[in-house]
Amino acid sequence: MTQLYETQRAMRARRRAALQRGVVAILDVGSAKIACMILAFDSSVQMNAQEGVSAMANHNAFRVIGVATTRSRGVRFGEVSTIEETERAIRTAVQAAQKMAGTRVDHVIACLSGAEPRSYGVSGDVALENGSVMEYDIGRVLAECDVPDTGFGRQVVHAMPVNFALDHRTGLSDPRGQIGNRLSVDMHLLTIDTHAVEHLLKCIKRCDLELAGFASSAYVSGISALVEDEQELGGACIDLGGGATTVSIFLKKHMIFADSVRMGGDLVTSDISQGLQVSAAVAERIKTFHGGVMATGMDDRDMIEIGGETGDFDRDRRKISRSDLIGVMRPRVEEILEEVRARLDGAGFNHLPGQRIVLTGGGSQIPGLEGLASRILGQQVRLGRPLRIQGLPQAATGPAFAASVGLALNAAHPQDECWDFNLPVAGGARQPLRRAMQWFRDNW
Amino acid sequence: MSAVEPGSREYSPSRMQYRWERIWLTPLYRSLIRTGVPVALVAMMAVGHFSKAETQAQLAMSVANARSMVENRPEFAVELMQIKGGSEALAQEVREAVPLTFPQSSLRLDLAALKADIERVDAVARADVALRGSVLEVRIQERLPVLIWRGADHLELVDATGARAGVVAVRDGFHHLPLIMGTSAQAAAPEALSLIAAAGPLRGRIRALRRMGQRRWDLVLDREQVIKLPVEAPVTALERVVALHSARDVLGRDVTVVDLRDGRRPVLRLSRAAVEELHRLRAIADEEEEG
Repeated sequence: MTQLYETQRAMRARRRAALQRGVVAILDVGSAKIACMILAFDSSVQMNAQEGVSAMANHNAFRVIGVATTRSRGVRFGEVSTIEETERAIRTAVQAAQKMAGTRVDHVIACLSGAEPRSYGVSGDVALENGSVMEYDIGRVLAECDVPDTGFGRQVVHAMPVNFALDHRTGLSDPRGQIGNRLSVDMHLLTIDTHAVEHLLKCIKRCDLELAGFASSAYVSGISALVEDEQELGGACIDLGGGATTVSIFLKKHMIFADSVRMGGDLVTSDISQGLQVSAAVAERIKTFHGGVMATGMDDRDMIEIGGETGDFDRDRRKISRSDLIGVMRPRVEEILEEVRARLDGAGFNHLPGQRIVLTGGGSQIPGLEGLASRILGQQVRLGRPLRIQGLPQAATGPAFAASVGLALNAAHPQDECWDFNLPVAGGARQPLRRAMQWFRDNW
Repeated sequence: MSAVEPGSREYSPSRMQYRWERIWLTPLYRSLIRTGVPVALVAMMAVGHFSKAETQAQLAMSVANARSMVENRPEFAVELMQIKGGSEALAQEVREAVPLTFPQSSLRLDLAALKADIERVDAVARADVALRGSVLEVRIQERLPVLIWRGADHLELVDATGARAGVVAVRDGFHHLPLIMGTSAQAAAPEALSLIAAAGPLRGRIRALRRMGQRRWDLVLDREQVIKLPVEAPVTALERVVALHSARDVLGRDVTVVDLRDGRRPVLRLSRAAVEELHRLRAIADEEEEG
C-alpha cells in the first residue's frame, strides 16, 4: 500500500507539473480506436481541487486544441496484447493530434477499458483525539481502512473515499471541522491487472511520453455520460466499446462499483462476418450502415447488397434482408446486455434509490438498442452522449468519445483519492530522519 | 472501422519520423532550425571565404587603393609651408626639422605631431600650425637669447626663463650677452639676470657669472677680482658690495676677493703685493712709536 501510495503521489505531481506547463494529452486506448486529445489549460484558473474549484468545476479551465483518432491495433478486450503494434497506433494518434494542436506534448493521461477491474468496498474507523475532525484525521481514517487481499498481480487504480460517518451521522462528504468522537469512512477500491498497466506504460514510454495519470475507462465514461442527478441519486453507465463493455455505478457523485465485460462491438462484427460469410471489413460496414436490433415488417423488404470481396464480382451479388442482419446481431447484443445485467445485479444495483441506466460508447449507436436494453436492464434506460467541452470538434462529440471526454474532465477536476491526503504511515517514518538531517545541516 | 488487411500499407509514422516531428514542434528547436541553421551556414561561408590569404590581400589592396584615391584628390593637396615670425635662419632650421615634400595630401598630415616636431627646435618658444586652403601656415614665437652659457666644449644661448635658445661654436656676434658658467647655471638664469640688473656701476666690469656647486654665484670682474655671493639673498648682498664700492671705492683698490658668504660682514682678500706693503707700513708705524 505504501509503494502504491508513493507511485500514485508521484503521478499526481507529474499531473500538476503538466497542468502548470499548460498542455496535457488524453489517451483513450480502446480495442476499436485509439483517441488522443490535447488539452490546453488556462493557468489563471485555480487547478488544485483541495484549494477550491470554480463554479463549473474547472470545466472552463481548458480547451481541446488537438484531436486525432486512429484505428486501434494490438489491443484486444481493452488490454494491450501486442506492444509494438499498440505503440505504432499511439504514435499515429499522438502525432496527428500534435500536428493539429501545433505544439508538442510530453505528459499523457491514459485510460484502459479492460484488464478485469474489480471493485472492493472497504471501511475504516478511528477515534478522534480532540473532539473534532482535523485535516490529518482524514488521512488517519483512510490509513485505517483494512485493505482486502486483492490477489497477486493486481494494482489499485482508484481508491476514493465515498462516504464519511461521524458517530451516528452518515452521508457526510466533507467532515473536516465537525465535532464528534468516532470517524469512519467507506472507501471504494478499484483494482486492475498490473501487467495490463505495465504494458500500456511501456507503450507510452516508447513514444517518449510520460504518464501523468491513469484512470479506469468505466469511471471516466460515467463522469462524462451521467448527468449530475444520475450521479447523485444512483445511476449506471454502460459503455459499449469495441472489445470490452464497461459498467460503472455512481451514487452521491462517487463511483461505487465498476466492472468490465469482455464482449463488445467487435464480437458482433465477427458474428456478421461468420454468419454472412463476408470479410471483417464488409461486416463492419454493414453493421454500421444497416445494423439494428429491433426488427419490423419493413425490414423484410429492405434488401442489403453484401457484395463480398471474393474477387468474383460478377457472380458474388449476394443480397440479404435487413431482418437477416438483425437476426445475426440481436442475440449477441442481448448476450452482452444480459452479462451487464448480471454484473449490475451482483453489485446490488436494484437496491439503489435511483436506477437510471445510461448507454454510451460506440456500440450504443445501434438503432433500436434503447428498446432492447429497456427490456433487459429495466425501464429507465437512455442513450447518453458525453458532455460538451470547449474546442471539441463535431466529429469527436459522439458517444464513442465518452471515455476521452470523461478523462479530460477528470484531468481538470479530479475527485479526491486516498493519495491526496497525507497518510500517517507513509510520512511518519521519514519525517524524523529528515528533521535530523536538517539539524545536522544547520549545525555543521 | 475496417479490420487489418494483410499486406496493407504501413501508415503509422516511424519512430524517427515521430521524434523529428516532436522536435520540430518544440519552439526552441524550431526557432533554432529556422533561423540558427541558416545564419550559421552563411556565417561559415563568409568565414571560409575571408580566411583565404589571397582574398584578404585583395581586400586590403582595394581598401588601400580607395584610400589613396581619395587622398590624392587635388582638393586635399597642400602646396607649400609658410613660416611666419622668427628670423630667416630660424625658418631654415624649422624647415630642416620637418622634412615634408610638397605637394602633400592634407589627409596624411598630422598637425599635432608637426607642432611637436617644430617646438622641439631650440630657438622656437611656441609654434601654431594651421591649414589655410592649400597652404600649411606655421606661426612661430622665437626664443630671445639674453645670456650665454659656456660649457666644456660649446656655448649655449639661454633665454630669460633659462631654456636653451641655440648652440653656437664661437662667441662672435654674441659679445653683448653676459656670460654665465658652471653646471646647470641655465636653471638659475632669472637670478643671474636680476644680479646683472643690480650690479649698477659694476656692470661694465663684469666678465662672467660663475655658478658654484649649483647653489650660489661668483661674480667675476676684470682685474681677476671675484665677488663671492651667498646662497640666500644674493641680490641684497651684491647691493651691499655696490654701496661699499661707491662709498669707499673698495673694488678700485688692490683686492682680489670680496667674500660675502658670511652674512654678518664682508671679508676681503688682498693681493700679495698689497699685503707686503701693509706689513712694511705697519713696521714703520711701530718704529715711530718706539722712537
